[in-house]
Amino acid sequence: MRLRTFLFFAAGGLACALGVQAQDAPAPTPTPSPTPEPVATPVPTPAPVATPAPAPEPTPAPEPAAAPAVNPTFFNPAIAVIGNFLASVGHNPVQPSPAFQVEESEVSFQAIVDPYARADLFLSFSNEGVEVEEAYATFLTLPWQLQAKGGKFKMQFGKINTMHLHTLPWVDEPLPMQDILLQPQGESWAGEGVSVSKLIELPGDTFSEAYFQVIDGSSGGGLFIAPTKGDLTYDGQYRIFRDFGDDHNVEVGFSYVYGHNGTSPTNTTSLQNAHFVYRWKPLQGKPYRSFILRSEYFWSQREQPDGRQDAQGFFVGGDYQLGRRWYTGARYEFSDRATNASLRDKGVAATFTFMPSEFSMLRAEYRYREYAPGIRANEGFLQIQFAIGAHGAHPF
Amino acid sequence: MKRIAVALATLLTLAASPAFATMKVVTSLQDFSSIAEAVGGPRVEVFALAKGYQDPHFVEPKPSFILKLSKADLLIVAGLELEIGYLPPLIDQSRNEKIRPGGPGYLDASAGCDILERPTGTVTRAMGDVHPFGNPHYWLDPDNGRVIARAIAARLTQLDPPGASSYAANLAAFEAKLTEGQKRWDAALGPYAGAEVVTYHNSWPNFLKHFKLVAAGYVEPKPGVPPSPAHVVELINLMIEKKIPVILIEPYFDQKTPKSVAEKTGATLLTFIPSVGGVPEAKDYISLFDYDVKLLAGALAAKKGTRP
Repeated sequence: MRLRTFLFFAAGGLACALGVQAQDAPAPTPTPSPTPEPVATPVPTPAPVATPAPAPEPTPAPEPAAAPAVNPTFFNPAIAVIGNFLASVGHNPVQPSPAFQVEESEVSFQAIVDPYARADLFLSFSNEGVEVEEAYATFLTLPWQLQAKGGKFKMQFGKINTMHLHTLPWVDEPLPMQDILLQPQGESWAGEGVSVSKLIELPGDTFSEAYFQVIDGSSGGGLFIAPTKGDLTYDGQYRIFRDFGDDHNVEVGFSYVYGHNGTSPTNTTSLQNAHFVYRWKPLQGKPYRSFILRSEYFWSQREQPDGRQDAQGFFVGGDYQLGRRWYTGARYEFSDRATNASLRDKGVAATFTFMPSEFSMLRAEYRYREYAPGIRANEGFLQIQFAIGAHGAHPF
Repeated sequence: MKRIAVALATLLTLAASPAFATMKVVTSLQDFSSIAEAVGGPRVEVFALAKGYQDPHFVEPKPSFILKLSKADLLIVAGLELEIGYLPPLIDQSRNEKIRPGGPGYLDASAGCDILERPTGTVTRAMGDVHPFGNPHYWLDPDNGRVIARAIAARLTQLDPPGASSYAANLAAFEAKLTEGQKRWDAALGPYAGAEVVTYHNSWPNFLKHFKLVAAGYVEPKPGVPPSPAHVVELINLMIEKKIPVILIEPYFDQKTPKSVAEKTGATLLTFIPSVGGVPEAKDYISLFDYDVKLLAGALAAKKGTRP
């Protein structure tokens, strides 16, 4: 029995090796002619299909024709540069910004490392110097639907924090990013450590993903400060995504973070976040119309020598696509300051965006903010953004 | 009596549930899922990421696609960077090693197909949304459809050897249908060989070449760039001068400008379907061509009749 099986496979293998196009044997099919000839292709007699067992291997697929000539840069990472130029008018004593500023130039290097991992490096060049925004390896082939990341990465906390500056629908980031996450303008919270995520399928084709991240106890420029090396920061997120027909989808997520804040050897900060994103994008009937509603709620409990500070932050923003290349949006935001929760900042903003192509963008934003205690700022911004090179697609 | 009923029920269940595990096939385009379905028959279960009525260049990388990809045995893509804007991160997040490029479950359908418009000189984005590896709308040539079907059959056989004879039989049946179809389509469009048309996006080089038609111009000045007033004037002049009878537009573009061009030049504006599922009538790869060919032949015949 075993011998017969062996002979069967051996015969099949030999047939293949000899280039016998076994599948053509029962039904002589016309060869594909890449240059279509006027001659009508012969009708293949669809022979009664009683294909006998031996060697039913069809013709192997032809070699990919797409590959260009071998070139020495083949294994180089994909390199892209994203330039972000920002002009501003108006007076803001609390969060001043220059009249003209190259806010950030992001340079990215992305490549597959080996059959097991890929690596992504994002450097940010600004007037303050060069900063490693993110630098991590992702291990793609773990068991149990797991995926792991090691290096420096944007923390999986809420939605906006995970996004790169140039993918935001505004020229700036909403107040809780500064007041709760204590980030400078235009930056998000990144940490150095490891991250594990697991895909969990829910009934009804519902996507969900759980993250667990452990990072160094000092991160986010003062957000977390570890008194000792062992005081790490822990982050967990669970997000659920579901389509409602072709045109609508919703994502909700919850994040929790815990770590030491360095105000005393034992003081800690916990952060909670709930995020909600609704998208509408009709696939047919209405070309160039879409709408996205984003909202996040932040809650920070920070132990300080003067007592526990319970600060809350919130924003909601809607962006509507007016035409093929035109968008408009509005945002409302408020946030208590994590270090002194009695101070609450508020603001509203409106944006108008023109995207000449996928690779460039012009955006105008009007912003009104009222900082505690009663400092008002009216500002206008104009942003020019461009992308050159092979920038990889962004996660949704 | 009861025993017979039980036996009957068992038999029915046995007959209803196939005795093999179905192969889960995910494709970027509905065209490939239609061909995969024809070749795979009941042994495959297909899902297309982009719907036939949507612009295949701009597909949102929705997490729900990650779920589909995580369970896929085979992923069939158009390649030539058509999916570059959404598919790579989805594959990464799918945690499915089989369907990574180079894996046994990754099939680039462009392999072996007749690919047109491979840029030879320097490619820059000043040229618009050019595809540096050639025009990715190659499935619109039925000869390429045949190549794709064979590649899919070969790959399915590799992944699911017990289905070999079934795949071979389905492939032969599909090819026979395609050959029949090609006779019909050639007969319908044959009389108009050499006719010039204008198309909105450059989606049709393979289709036009196959049926010996010529694209005299495009409504888009450059791929992916919406028409400017100056370009529209140029296009109108060209169409009047060359007496171009039809403008073909994909269903996912704004019809406003092409409509006004058609009015000014007396041409017919045809919503041409680039993919299976673009309209309910184009329910599979064969009926896609039936639909488009009938539409175009009808319009060309009408124009011929009315022209002095």
